[in-house]
Amino acid sequence: MKIHEYQAKELLRRFGVPVPAGRVAFTLEEAEAAARELAGRVVVKAQIHAGGRGKGGGVKLAASVEEAVAHARAILGMTLVTHQTGPAGRLVKKVLVEEASAIARELYLGVVVDRAAECIVIMGSTEGGVEIEKAAAETPEKIIKVAVDPATGMQPFHARRLAFGLGLTGDLFKPATALMSSLYRAFVELDASLVEINPLIVTQDGRILALDAKLNLDDNALFRHPELAELRDLDEEEPLEIEAGKHHLNYIKLDGEVGCMVNGAGLAMATMDIIKLAGSSPANFLDVGGGASVERVAAAFRILTSDPNVKVVFINIFGGIVRCDRVAGGVIEACRQVHVSVPMVVRLEGTNRDQAKEMLKESGLNLIVSEGDLSDAAQKVVAALER
Amino acid sequence: MSILVDRNTRIVVQGITGKEGTFHAEQCIAYGSKVVAGVTPGKGGAVHLGVPVFDTVREAVDKAGANASLIFVPPAFAADAILEAADAGVSVIVCISEGIPTLDMMRVKLALRGRPVRMIGPNCPGVISPGKCKMGIMPGFVHKEGCIGVISRSGTLTYEAVWQLTKLGLGQSTCIGIGGDPIVGSSFIDLLKLFKDDPETDGVVLIGEIGGSAEEEAAAWIAANMRKPVAAFIAGRTAPPGRRMGHAGAIIAGGKGTAGEKIAALRAAGIAVADSPADIGKAMQSLL
Repeated sequence: MKIHEYQAKELLRRFGVPVPAGRVAFTLEEAEAAARELAGRVVVKAQIHAGGRGKGGGVKLAASVEEAVAHARAILGMTLVTHQTGPAGRLVKKVLVEEASAIARELYLGVVVDRAAECIVIMGSTEGGVEIEKAAAETPEKIIKVAVDPATGMQPFHARRLAFGLGLTGDLFKPATALMSSLYRAFVELDASLVEINPLIVTQDGRILALDAKLNLDDNALFRHPELAELRDLDEEEPLEIEAGKHHLNYIKLDGEVGCMVNGAGLAMATMDIIKLAGSSPANFLDVGGGASVERVAAAFRILTSDPNVKVVFINIFGGIVRCDRVAGGVIEACRQVHVSVPMVVRLEGTNRDQAKEMLKESGLNLIVSEGDLSDAAQKVVAALER
Repeated sequence: MSILVDRNTRIVVQGITGKEGTFHAEQCIAYGSKVVAGVTPGKGGAVHLGVPVFDTVREAVDKAGANASLIFVPPAFAADAILEAADAGVSVIVCISEGIPTLDMMRVKLALRGRPVRMIGPNCPGVISPGKCKMGIMPGFVHKEGCIGVISRSGTLTYEAVWQLTKLGLGQSTCIGIGGDPIVGSSFIDLLKLFKDDPETDGVVLIGEIGGSAEEEAAAWIAANMRKPVAAFIAGRTAPPGRRMGHAGAIIAGGKGTAGEKIAALRAAGIAVADSPADIGKAMQSLL
């Protein structure tokens, strides 16, 4: 789960990570009050779940309260387009008003779970402010990686290596190592999947500050952090994906024309791939999961067909424990409840496949039933599109 | 022969009295697997599905001779269940549960290091050695006894691939779903090593997907160590970056973990990668 910068900073502050003083504002009045309280120069930062906000015009420096208000007026309600939002951009509904910092140095600090090493890895780089992926690809020698043994957790030597590696010596050394330990503790205690401080800055008056913060949480661990689950911002999510979630459907909207309904995540991805190979493109990823009940299938149909781009629906089920006849029953019943006006191609394989096909034929529904393998079904999907 | 499970596998099902546990334990028994015990803390002494239920895994090992554990417990309790099974001394642990926190698995992996136990999953369909033992939730009938090993990060896509093999007359020695999470008990390489040494496995099908670098690591290992033919398929060529595609581990992060990179690495190692998910069986057949 992604959370906003202001939420991430609030959480990190609790663990002792130094962050600039700031306030989130949903309205101009709140923005003005925040700027007045902070006094002096402030930064007004759009709060959306995407990077690249500065380049898109979502981060502005203000020398006075009036200027801060003017920036907040421009940013609140704007549709911010960055390289991470896609061309449609994201509507800005809140800003973070924060004291401005005089930057002497910009660094990068990131904490992730290294899947291959099966441990938490902390990465530091002197190339702060830029995209770390780019730095990792172009100047890997500038990245310091510290792998932490889960048995002991982070040790002082880990923090020392990072601090010395980043040139945080002298008076900066103690606060730097303290910050790194705090960051690790936050990662573990919050069950994070990613923490990124980019940039981590040294101010001109010699302080270390997390100037930006990105914090992703492990969805699977939210059950033990109900207070973190409440940080979810539905405004940042695709409405169809929220609706799908309510029905325990795993749905991701894409921009193609073939609506897919599949059981199992791997098969759902493979189905998208074979549609592409057949010459079209998928409108979505949709895993109906193990129990393809009438309610779920009907909900899936409603969601698929509310995407105006969908020109054909492809149902691909490999019946294992879920029997094909049950799925067919769900499809037939759902078709009675939900009017689907686009052609539907059905491919059923596995447990009770033949009974299921018979049921679909007898239903009188206008379905295109594939009798062949997966590629035959994909060809039928493309043929239905062309008609 | 086969790997991991066979006719000598004596299964204890952790969470046997739950809905999932009951359903799948019954299916495993119907397939012919030896389910010798169940564990549900507090229900020790009961008999469920004709199988004795114990309070602890240790009792199931001591009293019923269990040597493998199949786990169906809610994700919040799964790490504990895995560690209990390892502590009781079973040699194979298969964890079906989906939704275990990544940091829990990280600690579990550390605790299992160096122990004589092989763990499969979590978030997986389990293991089957066709005709011998089904220890998981896969439909038994799509499988056929034979000489092809299958290792996959997926569930239904594995059934699809196995069904293709079966229809081509290519039976399987053992099929393993390693799970869709970022950290899993056994990697492709862990199992490739077992297949390499299994005299009755003639070839291996590897089914990967976007996210992480397990396929790239497997490719490098195969190039250096494996003489048996390997065919592969990678799901998610059309997956958008930054989105989790159903499985917790299926995500292209920071531009890494794309299907393209994985396919290139596998091909560079001499592995036959099927372009289409409809051709996984044929890709294997072409190598035999």
